Amino acid sequence: MESAAPLFRMEGISKRYGGVRALEKADLSVRAGAIHAILGENGAGKSTLIKIMAGVVAPDEGQMMLDGRAVDFASPAAANDAGIVCVFQELSLIPELSVADNIIISNPPTRFGMIDRKAQRRLAEEALARAGAADIHPLSLVKDLPLSRRQMVEIAKALARKPRILILDEATSALTAADVSKVFAVLKRLRAEGLALLYISHRMNEIAELADDCTVFRNGSKVASYPAGSKSDEEVIEMMIGREYHSVYPPKPERALQGVPVLEARNLSWTDRLQDISFSLHAGEILGLGGLDGQGQRDLLLALFGVLRGLRGTVHVDGKPVGIGSPAQARAQGIGMALIPEDRKTEGLMLPMTVRDNLSFASLDRLTRGGIIDSAKEQDFIDRMMTLLAIKAGSIDAPVGALSGGNQQKVVIAKWLMRQPRTILLNDPTRGIDVGTKQEIYQLLRRLADEGAAILFYSTDYAELIGCCDRVLVLYDGAVKRELVGAEITEHALIASALNIRSVESMHEGAAS
Amino acid sequence: MKDWQYRLAEQRGTLTALTIFVVMFVIYTANHPAGFTANVVQTAANKGVLLAFIAMAQTLVVITAGIDLSIGMIFLLTNCLASWLVVGTPLETAFGVVVVLAVGALCGAINGAIVIYGRLQPIVATIATGAVYFGIALLLRPFPGGSVNEDLADALTGRIFGSVPASLVALAAVVVLVWVPFSRSVYGRAAYAAGSSETAAYMSGMPIRRGKFLAYTLAGFVAAIGGLFLTFFTYTGDAAYASGNAYTLFSIAAVVLGGVSLFGGKGSAIGAVFGALAFRTIGDLLFVFDLDPLWQPLFQGLILLAAVSLGAFALFRVRNRLEWFL
Repeated sequence: MESAAPLFRMEGISKRYGGVRALEKADLSVRAGAIHAILGENGAGKSTLIKIMAGVVAPDEGQMMLDGRAVDFASPAAANDAGIVCVFQELSLIPELSVADNIIISNPPTRFGMIDRKAQRRLAEEALARAGAADIHPLSLVKDLPLSRRQMVEIAKALARKPRILILDEATSALTAADVSKVFAVLKRLRAEGLALLYISHRMNEIAELADDCTVFRNGSKVASYPAGSKSDEEVIEMMIGREYHSVYPPKPERALQGVPVLEARNLSWTDRLQDISFSLHAGEILGLGGLDGQGQRDLLLALFGVLRGLRGTVHVDGKPVGIGSPAQARAQGIGMALIPEDRKTEGLMLPMTVRDNLSFASLDRLTRGGIIDSAKEQDFIDRMMTLLAIKAGSIDAPVGALSGGNQQKVVIAKWLMRQPRTILLNDPTRGIDVGTKQEIYQLLRRLADEGAAILFYSTDYAELIGCCDRVLVLYDGAVKRELVGAEITEHALIASALNIRSVESMHEGAAS
Repeated sequence: MKDWQYRLAEQRGTLTALTIFVVMFVIYTANHPAGFTANVVQTAANKGVLLAFIAMAQTLVVITAGIDLSIGMIFLLTNCLASWLVVGTPLETAFGVVVVLAVGALCGAINGAIVIYGRLQPIVATIATGAVYFGIALLLRPFPGGSVNEDLADALTGRIFGSVPASLVALAAVVVLVWVPFSRSVYGRAAYAAGSSETAAYMSGMPIRRGKFLAYTLAGFVAAIGGLFLTFFTYTGDAAYASGNAYTLFSIAAVVLGGVSLFGGKGSAIGAVFGALAFRTIGDLLFVFDLDPLWQPLFQGLILLAAVSLGAFALFRVRNRLEWFL
């Protein structure tokens, strides 16, 4: 590790936002031809660190050295010119432009001062192929692509800039398993080509597979740098959260389900995305939705929440059929549904508005007297939520956009808990969240179930489904392929049914015979 | 999907505007006593190009997610200036044309500088500058008057080869020489990107400031071309407040008819040109159907409302209510 001089070094970097310390005397040393993983909880300073590297924010103090020379980036463009390119967690694609336009956005080939669209198309196709995403049409508009495809475009865009240092910030969080393996192959090839890669992820198995070096951050400072594989997962997690690491998942209670289900879906179908889905959900139960990404799980949640038009089939609440035509009806008295959306930044929060306003939005009808908001009552509700979820915010009158990702997600959850919902639908609520907050969310879900809520929980992380759910429905192509109960919920069973294979063994047998 | 389907989807707004215009124009000429003759086409062209220029100018700003409420006043100011300067010998006339266009570009550049570097909202910034530009126009021409080089005026408002309206040729030339190079340049793309998602554009290291600045400047420049043509048609300069405001508002209607999104990042000036021509044809339609002039504004409004609603039909097909808000 010490054999070659580092390609890039940061020394004594500090950054404050207002009174909040984001980074304190942070160091980092990155070498060429290696993948360097950065670990830490949300709010540990990782995002700030890479934003400084990528020229998005300027450090208050400290220096950066590239090839042994001090450098200083005034803008993302300056960092790009120096060969530092970042694949951001918040996508940096322009929705109304085509994939090709986006990939070649910073310096497109020109002829007579105009963009040479043929050359651009060729370059874009090359970059897509290099990123292992040749299936994306270069002329399609970015806004028409699903999240996982956009993420691949983002990676292709970074590669088209021929970086020397490539930073990936949670770049795989929205990807399907098939894409992740493609991206890994690409990253390993880039490492062989001599690039320095910085890899930020909350998925420990990804880091184990990829990283050569690791650095752990906590509370804005570096805790340790060590060669990958020299520490156990438990040791690493302890370094990240700074406290002893217990089992992440709360125990599942043994409980016989009784009475009428709180929520029952009968033969739900919608366009070609949902096919004849039936299930029932009892109070006190956590029902998981599994399967590959994009098999109709999101549509099912939206259908239940009254967002989809032309839905066939019926939804029963407490055994009585109900027609839910909008989220306002879904959350109303008697139905009491809440949906924690997938994308907290667009569907969950009004980012520039305060934590207080965001928390109250879903329950204003309960906080008003004669159409006027009762601020004493509001304050009381908010205080309870802030304590219940241990939301860390400088002030509840600060914009919610200034909070860390984990705390933003807590605000989204808290906003719905203010209504004391009977049924809680969750759409991949732990995506891009640190281990500590994830653990708190798991505990919270179980506690809510114990208090009588019915929970429908979609997750792209199999470990979560195994750890949290009493039952799991595995969806494939818009239909329920399999229902797993209790001890049947294993990684093996989840993957096999997600791929719509009866079981891996039977496949082997089939191949043998 | 095939390549051509993507290309078609990209041009859908422009093609819709073209279709609306063609349908209206066919109805118009079919009911016109003289029918489809060079004269009728020339008159229609000369009425339409003024708004077409202003709509093209408005498009340049609208794609950056801005709006230029001073555009009609730049149009008036350059008209008043032209009525002083675009006169005399060919050399003097040429000098006058250059000065008029430069003043238009300067007005646009001032708008751009205030919006981009002063970080003011485009709406308030251009209301203020629009008032200033109108004030200058009024000082230049307190009363309608002045003159213009009539040879040049007649050449640019007449017909080429006896059939093609020269004003339409000029409009096409401006599209080819100003709009096409801009929209395909790096700066043009930066202007689109800034309109679509300014943060993403910044994070991608795009020249958004220069792209937006160029868009505002070119908007002033194209509005000045409109001002010149107004002078060529009327032979006078006239600081008519109501007319300037009407052009500003009509240009926004034309832009929407032309498939340009007021949220920015989407649409083409070519669509806006057809939107403007269609808008003008609405007035002509009412004329051939011999409607009482008293009823004209009302019907013009209704037809415009119907035309703009065409774009909303797609909402009926939406199965996922979240798409209403995209």
